[in-house]
Amino acid sequence: MSEPTTPAAPSTGHNAAAELLALYRSLVLIRRCEERLSTMFADGEVPGFIHLSIGQEAVSAGVMAALTPQDTIASTHRGHGHAIAKGLSLDGFFAELLARDTGLCRGRGGSMHVADMSVGMLGANGIVGAGLSIALGSALAHRTLKNDAIAVAFFGDGALAEGLMHECLNMAALWKLPLLFVCENNGWGEFLPTSKQLSFSLEGLAAAYGIPHVAIDGNDVAVVAAHAARLVAEVRSEGPRILECQTTRVRGHFEGDAQKYRDPDELAALSERDPLGIAAGQLAAMGVGETALSDIATEIAARIEAAVAAARAAPAPLFEAAMADVYTGAGIGQPAMQGDA
Amino acid sequence: MAEMRYLRAINQALADAMAADPSVILIGEDVSEAGGAFGASRGLRERFGAERVIDTPISEAALAGAAVGAALSGLRPVAEIMFMDFTTLVMDALVNQAAKARFMFGGQRSVPMVLRTPHGGGLGAGPQHSQCLEAWFAHVPGLKVVCPSDPASAYGLLRAAIADPDPVVFIEHKALYAMKGEVPDDLPVIPLGQAGILRHGRDVSIVAYGAAVHTALTAATQLAGEGIEAEVVDLRSIQPWDEETVLASLSRTHHLVVVHEAVEAFGVGAEIVARMADIGFDELDGPILRVAAPFMPVPFSKGLETAYLPSPERVAAAVRRTLA
Ligand SMILES: Cc1ncc(C[n+]2csc(CCOP(=O)(O)OP(=O)(O)O)c2C)c(N)n1
Repeated sequence: MSEPTTPAAPSTGHNAAAELLALYRSLVLIRRCEERLSTMFADGEVPGFIHLSIGQEAVSAGVMAALTPQDTIASTHRGHGHAIAKGLSLDGFFAELLARDTGLCRGRGGSMHVADMSVGMLGANGIVGAGLSIALGSALAHRTLKNDAIAVAFFGDGALAEGLMHECLNMAALWKLPLLFVCENNGWGEFLPTSKQLSFSLEGLAAAYGIPHVAIDGNDVAVVAAHAARLVAEVRSEGPRILECQTTRVRGHFEGDAQKYRDPDELAALSERDPLGIAAGQLAAMGVGETALSDIATEIAARIEAAVAAARAAPAPLFEAAMADVYTGAGIGQPAMQGDA
Repeated sequence: MAEMRYLRAINQALADAMAADPSVILIGEDVSEAGGAFGASRGLRERFGAERVIDTPISEAALAGAAVGAALSGLRPVAEIMFMDFTTLVMDALVNQAAKARFMFGGQRSVPMVLRTPHGGGLGAGPQHSQCLEAWFAHVPGLKVVCPSDPASAYGLLRAAIADPDPVVFIEHKALYAMKGEVPDDLPVIPLGQAGILRHGRDVSIVAYGAAVHTALTAATQLAGEGIEAEVVDLRSIQPWDEETVLASLSRTHHLVVVHEAVEAFGVGAEIVARMADIGFDELDGPILRVAAPFMPVPFSKGLETAYLPSPERVAAAVRRTLA
């Protein structure tokens, strides 16, 4: 069932440059947001853990370009890129990561739980593989409600070893759900290469479940966008598809991880596959000038600084408000506050 | 008033909820073509279609997680887990996803799902098909937990659970499925978090839920023969639980015994007792006692299982002890 790996050429025609420029803008937005977070994390301004998707931006930018705001996505612990590309509120994003009351999740979720329901972003997830079944259910809801939307499940190659993966592939195929599985295969699961964690390939797994699978260069955003557009259309009319994106985890598993377990040569070689560099090269070849790129950079830097400034100025969350959101509404069905008789 | 079986009341509640709200779907193993392993969804596929009454593969984790995703995306799923013992396989969906979604996403959206599952012994079903694990779920902020004891409360609580915006673990007792009981003709909805007083009495309050309510009622009848009048409170909802009604009853009787079928240690009874020892301390004229299962897996043999389950005799003995 799986198709040969045939990276598509970037779409041609007079719109190609404009399309690629839009994708490039998305790449830069994700990259600069995460670089900003990285600095603020190092300065102790971002609490908790953060897992950056630097090196993997093309998957988010390329897949999300094929989706509508009604389409839903379920994400992973490395979910900033997915969330940003899906169009979440940037102010709400930074405020959430800085644990402010104005955060998308009012400072209760943080990096691993960023969600923006208004753009169909059903949440990052702290549990490896958990987003798979949430996307499965979301796809089921779309079909039941006949709203023509699809769901996308993002997952890392490490999640392939979770049992839920297999249950979800089976159910999606059995029911022909409008569900796109997107694997971000960066070759690592925490500190162990996934080659030491898996006895099978996703391609083989896809064949076992009878789900069409395509493996592509996940760092070439034009390639990702072209395949995603085709697969999303197929998912909408025919059922599940698997898009396996070969990509690169540039940073450590989490910020602060010095990556002592990685070969310095491997790390050094990653820059050749930088999604931003690849896209910039393609744009130059299409005759898009430097100024177009630097205009984007300037505009994005300003947006990010505004979001960071707003987040820094925002109030901390209130304990009472958090307590009031454990359950919906008040009155009957609202459990008594324990221990305050 | 009409007579109805407990299982039929559940079936009726599912049917009425589905008729009232097209976003209600049923999902689970054998719920559709077979009408449910115990028959709870019998006839619903014929009436509402296979799109809304969905048979799944034997994939508890995925079906429960799918219920969360569907609930976040506009449906009101009612998921069935065939035996409560198998909720061990859906812990992530319930505990990390359903329970926390509303809170951790800053109140953006709630998770209006119900997970129905039967617990309890008495059928010789053995250690992996009889457990009462409700305390696990009652311990998790964000989940609600209910456990009806009779057909009328099974109907009324299930309607309330399905209408509720938050995730509800709805626990049925296998041994009650065949039980007949009076139900009002208009089949009222029973709000979550409200206990019922099934028998009034001045001497002792016996608080129970699920099948243990009937153990308590039998004990109360025995005690009445000795001149002891027990008040029997059916908790109905475990999380949230109706501490006002329990406290009011304790304030009338000044003695409290809590009965349940789950193991006694670290159980629901421990919570009720601790809470009443706090807010009801001045009302107490005797020790608060628990009657529940011993700290062992549910045994298979009839003799062992009978010894394991709380009995009316043990409840009556506890009452005599607190009154002594
Ligand atoms: C169920 C579960 N087990 C373990 C972890 C700890 N953990 C977090 S990320 C991760 C590795 C995931 O690898 P992969 O899916 O390849 O994603 P990547 O980090 O490479 O993006 C692990 C083991 C977890 N969060 N959840």
